Amino acid sequence: MLKYIVRRFLFMLLSLWVIITATFFLMRLAPGNPFTSEKKLPPEIEANLNAFYGLDQPWYKQYWDYITGIASWDFGPSFKYKSQTVNDLINSGFPVSLTLGLEALFIAVSFGVLLGVIAALFHNKWPDYGSMVIAVLGISVPSFIMATLLQYIFAMKLQIFPVALWESPKHTVLPALALAATPLAYIARLTRSSMLEVMANDYIKTAKSKGLSQRAITIKHAIRNAILPVVSYLGPLTASVITGSVVIEQIFGIPGLGSHFVTSIQNRDYTVIMGMTSFYSIILLVCIFLVDVAYGFIDPRIKLAGGKKGE
Amino acid sequence: MKKAKILIFFSFILIFSSFLAACGGKDKDTAGGKAKTDLNINISTEPPTLHPGLAEDSTSGSVLRQIFEGLTRINLDGEPEYAMAEDVQISEDQKTYTFKIRDAKWSNGDPVTAHDFEYAWKWALDPKNKSPYAYQLYYIEGAKEFNQNKGSADDVGVKALDDKTLEVKLVNPTPFFLEMTAFFTYLPINSKVAKENPDWANDAGEDFTTNGPFKLVEWKHSEKIVLEKYEDYWDADTVKLKKITMVMVNDPNTELTMFENGELDWAGHPTGKLELDALPILKKEGRLHTQAIAGIYNYKVNTTVEPLNNKNIRKALALAINREELIENVTQGEQLPAMAIVPPTMIPENEKGYFNDNDVEKAKEYLQKGLEELGYKDVSELPEIELIYNTDEGHQKIAQAIQDMWRKNLGVEVTLNNKEWKVYLDDVSNLDYNIARMGWLGDFNDPINFLEMYYAADTGNNDTGWENKEFQALLDQSQTETDPDKRLELLKQAEAIIMDEMPVIPIYFYTYNWVQNENLKNVSVTGLGDIQFKWAYFE
Amino acid sequence: MYMDQLRKDDFEIVGVKIEDTEKISQPSLSYWKDALNRFRKNKLAMVGLVILILLIFMAIFGPLISGYDYRTNDLANKNLPPSAEHWFGTDELGRDVFTRTWEGARISIFIGIAAALIDLTIGVLWGGIAGYKGGRVDEIMMRIADILYGIPYLLVVILLMVVFGQSVGTMILAMTITGWVNMARIVRGQFLLLKEQEYVLAARTLGASTRRIMAKHLVPNAMGPILVTMTLTIPSAIFTEAFLSFLGLGLNPPLASWGTMASDGLPALRFYPWRLLFPATFICLTIFAFNVIGDGLRDALDPRLRK
Repeated sequence: MLKYIVRRFLFMLLSLWVIITATFFLMRLAPGNPFTSEKKLPPEIEANLNAFYGLDQPWYKQYWDYITGIASWDFGPSFKYKSQTVNDLINSGFPVSLTLGLEALFIAVSFGVLLGVIAALFHNKWPDYGSMVIAVLGISVPSFIMATLLQYIFAMKLQIFPVALWESPKHTVLPALALAATPLAYIARLTRSSMLEVMANDYIKTAKSKGLSQRAITIKHAIRNAILPVVSYLGPLTASVITGSVVIEQIFGIPGLGSHFVTSIQNRDYTVIMGMTSFYSIILLVCIFLVDVAYGFIDPRIKLAGGKKGE
Repeated sequence: MKKAKILIFFSFILIFSSFLAACGGKDKDTAGGKAKTDLNINISTEPPTLHPGLAEDSTSGSVLRQIFEGLTRINLDGEPEYAMAEDVQISEDQKTYTFKIRDAKWSNGDPVTAHDFEYAWKWALDPKNKSPYAYQLYYIEGAKEFNQNKGSADDVGVKALDDKTLEVKLVNPTPFFLEMTAFFTYLPINSKVAKENPDWANDAGEDFTTNGPFKLVEWKHSEKIVLEKYEDYWDADTVKLKKITMVMVNDPNTELTMFENGELDWAGHPTGKLELDALPILKKEGRLHTQAIAGIYNYKVNTTVEPLNNKNIRKALALAINREELIENVTQGEQLPAMAIVPPTMIPENEKGYFNDNDVEKAKEYLQKGLEELGYKDVSELPEIELIYNTDEGHQKIAQAIQDMWRKNLGVEVTLNNKEWKVYLDDVSNLDYNIARMGWLGDFNDPINFLEMYYAADTGNNDTGWENKEFQALLDQSQTETDPDKRLELLKQAEAIIMDEMPVIPIYFYTYNWVQNENLKNVSVTGLGDIQFKWAYFE
Repeated sequence: MYMDQLRKDDFEIVGVKIEDTEKISQPSLSYWKDALNRFRKNKLAMVGLVILILLIFMAIFGPLISGYDYRTNDLANKNLPPSAEHWFGTDELGRDVFTRTWEGARISIFIGIAAALIDLTIGVLWGGIAGYKGGRVDEIMMRIADILYGIPYLLVVILLMVVFGQSVGTMILAMTITGWVNMARIVRGQFLLLKEQEYVLAARTLGASTRRIMAKHLVPNAMGPILVTMTLTIPSAIFTEAFLSFLGLGLNPPLASWGTMASDGLPALRFYPWRLLFPATFICLTIFAFNVIGDGLRDALDPRLRK
């Protein structure tokens, strides 16, 4: 196992390097630069700015600076936000996005699995259809519409929740729900379909004929075996949810990390693009690694480390 | 199966309770008998900087204007009035200004001196400092040279003769210079603090010293900024508001909802935005405030490609737009139809402009003439014309409406294409386009600001490939003309040339639209669209 | 009735017809025919199918029957609520929402299905091979997928736009460039589990080829999650199209799609709700149809659920 972890860690470093390198070149290929604006700067001022930020250096020098910067966890100053460094942006935005993301994940996973299990147990009966309707709504109403609808109903009409801002736990409810809706629906659908798959298996029939209660069967055997596709989906989902969603953050005025992913690219804010990409990629790679480890726990038959099987 | 039913029941309870649990009591601030003194506004985004020398955007400007005080301040009538300056002497040739600085204190108790101005301006001009807006100071002698590494700081024409006297030497007579000194690049910096702590402007705190009507007490990045009244402000008696909370919500829908819920006292321009769809409803309810500002929305034309290299084709396109209808139905913000380049806030006659709106007959004549000159039999032979705009809902609607007008009125088919902002700017400045949307908001209240960009084909913001000798000669003359009336006449003649050649098709002059707490009075929104709360109060 | 109460004359001997003993009472059914039969019996799935056929029918003929075209502005009649003239009302430029909805259906349904099929093909192949082969192959293939997922999407889209220009092809490329990764991950997870099952071992021992094992044993058993993932791809493609169009990589206005209509209609929710309501409802209906058809297919393809 240790050998496997070490090897995976090296692979992660390699993947990270490829991502960062690719992003660096894509970013520099994209038209425009941090100083392009509607009111053009005089070329001399642009030259001053380029010199200040080291953009007048040859590309390999700049590339090396980014790589060494990232290696020492120093992403440099933001081009756009002159009063903050990229590290400042991450340090202030990530806790917010993490809180909101975990809340949304909790809602999505707990209710999603619950709905899916219920639907499977009542296959082709009304609870199945009911959960289908919820799921279809969740899947086909994207988060930006969901957020606006929630805001309209619960904040404006009913006045139960605040419209926006990030001040108290109450302020987190609507954004978390909006963020959770699609994953919840998807998890419900995934759980339902793999539960059906599992319930038809011989060992469930055996357990039934042994006289085990429905609940025991569901919890002990079925869910555990049906959860696998949900776990596969959870890896990248977790990474993207805890690093924030630009749509939700904009609509609810939340000072999270998500909007930086988009605005940095729109602003061609090179240092922020590199910092955000590195940060997100690290989280993504770790989450995916954890998913692979989780496979082994869920079903000991799954062997990732050995390459002997299936050849 | 019973167990499963309990499971369902349980899950529904859970779903419901999660909704109910969060339904705590509502806390609405109950306004007592006394008038409010706390103002809540939305500034949409994090200001990129609160350092006057580094600022280049309107969000930063909206905060800086409340917490700093320049030599002058634009007053409620839109005129510059003395602020940190208490008096000014202007030389005969209008090139030397001598300001007398009034007794005033920085928020840490240090006196505000002429040296603070000299320091701030030279700091911005220093090529070592990353100041994007340093060119706003280029009116000062030696400023451009210093900023472009061709001269030294000592040769810059700004000098503190003593603590109270600031002498400024200009390159040309600049009739709008007094107004410029209210602009944020001209704001002073507490030189004592700034020399010791170069990062003084990064966060609220002891070193963030200000001299304006309000002081910065809290700056939660990307979340909110809190200002409080500065008790030692030289004109503190005038300032009625005690506290200004500026939240950062970058969504017009949310902004309006917060306003309707009483969480904001202001929604819309200049610090926020209203959805286009909301405008007619708010107007109907009589709640919409509208103010003309110095800015133009226009379509730039690439004069180097067929068929747009023909001025008659360009004029045909310009005349075939029904601006009245466009404003009435699409932009809906009571904008003024633009048949000129310089906004009527600067040249009032421009309300009528140089040609008639929606003059389809004449447009057809021009089109016919253009087609003949280019050797086309009819309109169907015209090469394909592409209209580009950057991704924005408003631009998209306007483009669709104008596309339809050109099709109906002239039979000219144009294709629409929207582009990501920086890709767009790149294409436009490389003349890699046919027709492109562009806006221009005035930096200062003078026609030259709207004309000088067309001086030569390679002038920074020209982007049309158009230039004209006669036009250049008129602008050159205006530079040295000291008589304001004669100068204005020269500029008008220059504008007439642009309108005859039509390298740029004017569409409308901007307005700002907002809704506000109706008890809020005396908020100043200047002709340039700058907002100030110095005089604001609640009834 | 008890056995001892039965009398002999209660029964009649009908005799045995020799030819009947050899007769098969039901026609022999292949796996697919059987599946089709079971699918037909699934009422909900049939409802879904009917909805989908209706939607496609309207997408083809809808724009013709309203008497309006999708692009001509009528600014005097903007933002009208649904009425006899304009069944779904008009939009902010006075265009008929009914016509635009069905114009939009053409694009959105096409894009949804195209994206889903492409994701399905690449995702199942990529994830399937990675999961089945395991070991180093798995490691390398999945790391490539991770890398694609890690590179900022918006940046890729901007460059695609600059390099390839604007076309439906570029848009579908942009949509699928990372879209299949989810599918691949799900399939790979399932295959890792399934390949250790006894029946796979049995098939392998019997000398079945890798291709056969994958096609006959692994894919049918992973069908549930595959179909669910596919039905999720469709709405996300519809809205990705809106996002890409907004960025300038998709359709040129005044062309319409459900996604762009919904995002344009959203800010008007409070004032002119029909502009969001109609496209959103039809997106929901489409997704519902695909979901129940997907469920029906899943049930039909799973022999163990046979009743």
